[in-house]
Formats: sequence, structure tokens, C-alpha cells
Amino acid sequence: MRAIPRGETDGMDWRRARVGSWLRLIVVGCVLLVVSAFTAQAAKIGDLTQTRWTEQAWRFVTLSDPVVRYACLGTVLLGISCGLLGSFLVVRRMALMGDALSHAVLPGVALGFLWNLEKDPLAIFIGALVAGLAGSATVSILTRTTRLKEDTALGMVLASFFGLGLCLMSMFQRLPTGNKSGIETFLFGQAAALGPGDIQVMGTVTLVVVVLLFLGYKEFLLVSFDPGFARVLALPTVWFERLLVMLLAFSVVAALQAVGVVLVSAMLIIPAATASLLTDRFHRVLVWSSCIGMLSGLSGAFLSFLGTRLPTGPFMVLSASGFFAVALLFAPRQGIVPRWYRQRSQRVRIERENTLKAIYQVLEANGFSGETVSVEALARRRRVAPVAVEAEIRSLVAAEFATASAVDVALTPSGWQRACAIVRNHRLWELYLTHAAQIAPDHVHDDAEKIEHVLGEATVRELERRLPRIDTDPHGRPIPSLPVASADGRIGVGRQDDRPRGYGGRS
Amino acid sequence: MNLIPEFQFHRVFVEPWTTELGSHGLMALVTFLVGSTCGLIGNFLILRRMALVGDAMSHSVLPGIAVAFLITGSRGVGAMVLGAMVAAWATHGLIEVISRHSRLKQDAAIGIAFSTLFAVGVVLIALFADKVDLDQDCVLNGELPMIPLEPAVRLGNLTLGPPALLRLVAVLLGSLLLLVAFYKELLLSSFDPGLAACLGIRVRWIHHGLMLWLSMVVVASFEAVGAILVIALLILPGATASLLTDRMVPRLLWSTAHAALSSVSGMHLSVALDCSPAGAAVVAGAGWFGVAWIFSPTEGLLPRWLQRRNNKQAKADSMSGPIGEVDSSHPSSELRENT
Repeated sequence: MRAIPRGETDGMDWRRARVGSWLRLIVVGCVLLVVSAFTAQAAKIGDLTQTRWTEQAWRFVTLSDPVVRYACLGTVLLGISCGLLGSFLVVRRMALMGDALSHAVLPGVALGFLWNLEKDPLAIFIGALVAGLAGSATVSILTRTTRLKEDTALGMVLASFFGLGLCLMSMFQRLPTGNKSGIETFLFGQAAALGPGDIQVMGTVTLVVVVLLFLGYKEFLLVSFDPGFARVLALPTVWFERLLVMLLAFSVVAALQAVGVVLVSAMLIIPAATASLLTDRFHRVLVWSSCIGMLSGLSGAFLSFLGTRLPTGPFMVLSASGFFAVALLFAPRQGIVPRWYRQRSQRVRIERENTLKAIYQVLEANGFSGETVSVEALARRRRVAPVAVEAEIRSLVAAEFATASAVDVALTPSGWQRACAIVRNHRLWELYLTHAAQIAPDHVHDDAEKIEHVLGEATVRELERRLPRIDTDPHGRPIPSLPVASADGRIGVGRQDDRPRGYGGRS
Repeated sequence: MNLIPEFQFHRVFVEPWTTELGSHGLMALVTFLVGSTCGLIGNFLILRRMALVGDAMSHSVLPGIAVAFLITGSRGVGAMVLGAMVAAWATHGLIEVISRHSRLKQDAAIGIAFSTLFAVGVVLIALFADKVDLDQDCVLNGELPMIPLEPAVRLGNLTLGPPALLRLVAVLLGSLLLLVAFYKELLLSSFDPGLAACLGIRVRWIHHGLMLWLSMVVVASFEAVGAILVIALLILPGATASLLTDRMVPRLLWSTAHAALSSVSGMHLSVALDCSPAGAAVVAGAGWFGVAWIFSPTEGLLPRWLQRRNNKQAKADSMSGPIGEVDSSHPSSELRENT
């Protein structure tokens, strides 16, 4: 009974969350489509000629040339559709399905050329679509009817279809028109070869992808993340998966002319993988991934435009990989550098806390008779060389937890407070384990040694509330209460006031 | 304007073995060498579910080869092999880094690593097209038709054949040697890594060694069949063999047989259609896989369908026995009539 209202609120959340991001996406899509309708009117100017790269760059930036406009528009459309569908692939761990599908379309492209021996976008689209779907169907039939695993089936279909495509292409190249037909641009992509027909096909595909994903977002999300639950809800899971593969084939085929057969899969995977490093929510992954797809598409088109006869696909993939590398290193939560920094600062904190604890223990063993602790006593306590202790003390001084002279060290008020807090955490936890979990007193130290650094304030309050008495730990040592740091900066006052009862306990 | 040349039996089936033996026969031999070498290691890749690691490696040797060309300025075999092996290991490392240091799973990591490196390779080749003795076509199609044109290596009076052929023979022999030497370890660590580790076999070393071997095989094959078709030659023989038998040694033999069949039939196909020989070999290999898929005695679609039909028949027969015909002499029949 409880599951139903929860499901409803989840649905509400989804709807609210998706309206914002999807609205933005739809606005972008509509603008692009309007622009494509306008640019499709313009005529295509002839092929690029050998020019200086600065001139080429200027031509690109000013968008004065229809070739440039087609290229930009095409790569942007491609970035959106591939980014959106790639997110589903990455989430469902089907990344290599995209790879297989994109290689498998090659014979279809060749047959599409065969239709009337020239570059007819619609014929190529249909041929490639049929080949792509045949490829993905072969993979699923192979895994169902034989003992072959999915990776083997994918690799086989990928390479066999690609081989067939290469055979067909090598047959065309003997034809008198073969070399001029531009079929080679389908291997590595040439955004500058995009024509109005290509843009129309790409625009339609992107529109279909965006609209279908918008209408069925909740269902697609559910089917991708929890297929079992989707089946329980009587969703036709299989049909959604087929629809997804179908959309995938559509967008792969539409992207062919710009990125090429060999590297389409990278445009599916890399933007989506980058996005999944940046955020946890799926609708944000979709938005990020299509943005990164667009940006890398544009920069790939720009770079390949600078030279003559440079393929677009590899440049696009390299820009996408650049984004990925930046995200992998610097993403706020997932990035390697922020994570390393967090781990390091935590390690430093734990080391400092251990030193503070040792200073407290030495003070305690001396009956809190002096303000300072000698380096030598601290080294004995920590069981390390004096040199190492000196480094630890330097770290404490840097954090203003202690003041040090050559031979001894004294805690500042904040250091004293921290030391008391750590010892208190440690001993409270030991007490809790012996009291609530019935663990023998000589078994609790190691556990407390780890948890003392991560106990939060709320947990400490909870422990205080649950334990009947919190004056001594299981080993008979007093548990310090938290001193209030005094304003005049002298620790003596604060410590004396809060001096725990029962000095001189076992150390 | 004729896409498919007119079929002439003599041209397709006789000439390659007589007058054209030096070119077409040699190409078939090279394809067989590549296919059998790849098939041997491919069997283990399939067992270890690493088929797509082979895919990744075969794509990523490209930048290594291109960089080696740019640095040395020649097609020295040593530099090329070294560059490609470094690139193959870089892929291996990239995949590990990405899948270990982020939430992405291995499939996405493989996809990212190899496509990035492949893109680097294509860009290098496109940028330095005049300096690199490689073009985009040869990356995909291989240079099989060029091999017979190379000057043959001579040892005294003996003509040994083109250097590419000798390299492939050496790689095949090396592979066989490795296989015989480490057969037990490879087999055990592929099927049961836990037991292998218990018995003191260094499973990780075997893994790295296999990767090294794979990168060598891929580099040697790259020249002949190109980057992408290597995957077909790695996977198809092993996959076909795995449909035909359960034992490892017969599997290795079957995969060699598959390589032989597909290289010969691929050569005839390429002569008949006048198309890319490497592509034709892959198409023929896929065809032979299809034959095994349909007709394999234990796994095949047709035998299993027949068996299912027989079972259904048998079930129907056995069902119709006791229930359909009521045995009137049986005591329960009276009971049934009464109720």
C-alpha cells in the first residue's frame, strides 16, 4: 500500500524536473529546425579550394558560406541526437552495441549508393537503416540461439558487416563514377560535404528522437534503470528496447556523413560518458551530453575546415575526448583531481588528529601537570622516530593547533578542543561498543581508532543520549568533555574548568 | 558499368591455382597465415570474454604505427612493431585508468579509449599524408594486394617469398611455440582463474602475456587486412569452432580449418567479384560461420529444430497413449465411467 503514494510523488518529481530541461531542449531544437529550413533554401557553393587556414577560419566564424552553415547545422543536430541516445547506451552498459551498429551500417550505405549510383541521402539513409537493424537483430539472434556471449556476437557482426561493406565499396570503385561519388567520405566523415538533403534528413531524425524521448521519458527511464520493475508495471519492455535500438540506428545513420562509419560510436559514447561524470540526475545527463555533443561537433567541423581534405570525424572525436579528459580529471565530484585532493586533505586531517590525540595522551599520563609535551615523549608515544614527529608537529603548527619550540610542543585552544573531541569520540565509541554491542573491552580499540575521525556531531549526541554514563571508558580512563575555547587564547583556563574527574587513569 | 564481372569458371577457379598462383595463391596463403594465427589466440579471447579488447587493440595500433613512421621516416618493421605495441599497451592502460578511476564501466571505457586513439591515428595520417606511407584506405582494407608485389627475400639460391609472408610465418610459428609452452596455464587460467591462482599460476602475468601476444598478432595482421577486419579474423574462427566442439584442442584445430576454408573461398570470391581480398575473406569467413551455425550437430539451428520437432512428436505420441485411448481393461476406466 505504501508503494503507491511514493510512486506518485516520484512521478511528480520527474515531471517537474523534466519540464525545465526538456523545454530548453525543445526550444533549441525548434530554433535549429527553423534555421535549417532557411539554410536549405540556399544553394551549395562548390568544393573547398586550397586556401590559407586563417582565411578558412574567418570563413567559418562569419558563417558567410553555405557550406559552413550546413556543416555547423549538421554537426549540431548530430550532437543532439547522438548525445541523447548515447546517454541511454552508457547507462544501460550497451556502449559497444553502438559500436557494432555503426560499423554494421556500411553495407547499407554501399547499397544505398548502388540505388542510382550517386549520393542520394534518402536512399543511403534507408539502406543504412536496414543494414543497422539487420546487424542488431543478428546480434540478438546469435546470443539467443548459440552459446556465444554478447561480446563475441557484437565483434563478429561488427567486423563481418564491415567486411561486406568494404567488398561492396571496392566493387564501386572500379566503376567510372565510383571515385567521384564521395562514398569514401562516409568512412571518416566530411562535414563540408553535407548538403541540404542531408540536413533535412538529420533535422527530421533529431526532431523524431527529441519528441519520442520527451513523450516517453518516464517509460524509457524506468525501462533503462529498472527493467524488472517496468515489467511488473506491465510496460512492454521489449518494445521500448526495440524502439530505442531503432532510434539509435536512425541517429547513427543520420550522423554518418559528418562523422563517418568508423567513429560514429565515439560520438554516442564519449559525450554521454562525460555527462555522466558531471551529474547524477539523468535529465541533466541528457542535457549535458547533448551540449557536449554539439560543442565537440562544432569544434570538429571547425578544425577539419582549416585544412584541405581533412576528415571531420576524427577531429570531432578528439574534441569530445578532450572534454572527457577534462571531466575525468576535474569534475567536481567524480574527477580524479578533486577526489585526490579530498582524500589527501582527509589523510592530513586524520594524521593531525592522531598527533593531537597522542599529545593529549602524553598530557594525561603526566596527570595534566604541564602545558607542554616534549618531542621525545611524543615520539615514544607514537612509536616513531623523532624526525617524523617533528614533521607532524610542523603540520599542527601550520594548522594553528599547536605552538612549538625546538624540544617541546604546546596546544593552542583550538588544538586542545580538537584533541579533546577526538579522544572523546574514541572513548565514547569504545564505551558504546562494550555497552550496546557486548564486545569485550580489549576488542574495541581498533574499531574506535577508525571511527573517531568520522563521527559527526549528531552521532556523538546520539551516543551521549544512549549511554547511561559517559564519565569513563571501558579501560577506566576518563572521557573528556568538550572545552569551550577561551577568548584570551590561553588553554589553561579552559582546560582547568573542564578537567575531567579521575585523573591519573591507566594510559 | 558492370558492377559484377561476368562469371567465368576458368578465371575464377583454375587461374588462381595455375597462372596466377604467384599473386592470388600467395594472397590466400597470407590470409590463411593471418587467420590461423588470429584464430589460435581468438579462441582464448572468446573464452575469457575479451573479444572486444581485441577490437580495441586492433583500432589503437594505428596511432602507434603512424607515430613510428613519423619519427623514423621509414617503414622499418622494428619501429612499427614497437610503436604499435606501445599504442596497444596505452589502450590497455587507458581502459584500466578510466574504468578504475570513474564510475564508467568497462564497455564505455573500451569505447572511449580505442576511438580516441584511432582518431589520433587518422588525424596524424591525414595531417602528414605526404610524409606517411599509409593512407586511409590501407588502414581499412590492408595491403593484401601489395604483398605479392614486394621483392622476394632470397637465401642463397632459395627464393623464400615476400618479407610480409616471412614475418607472418614467423609470428605463426612463435604463436604455436607459445601455445605449446603455456597451453596448460592458458587453459586453466581461462576456465578457472581461482583454481589457477591456487595452483601457483600467476594469473595476472598470464593475462598481461596474452595481451602482449595479442598486440604482436594484431600488428602482424594489420598490414595484411587492415585495422577493423582483424577483429573478424580474431573472432570468427574461434566462434565457429565453439559451435562445433567442446574440447579445446579440437577447437584450435577447427579454427585453423576455418581459417583455411575462408582464406581459399575468400580468394575465389574476390576473384569472382573483383573486390577487396581482405573484405572477401571476412565475408567468406562469416559465411562459413553461418554454415556452422545452421548445421552444427550439437548447436546448429537445423538439428536443434529437427530435434525439437521430434520431441514434440514423441511427446504428442506418448501423451496420446495413456490418455487418448482409454484402456477398458484398466480398473480405473470403470471408475471414470461411473463418475
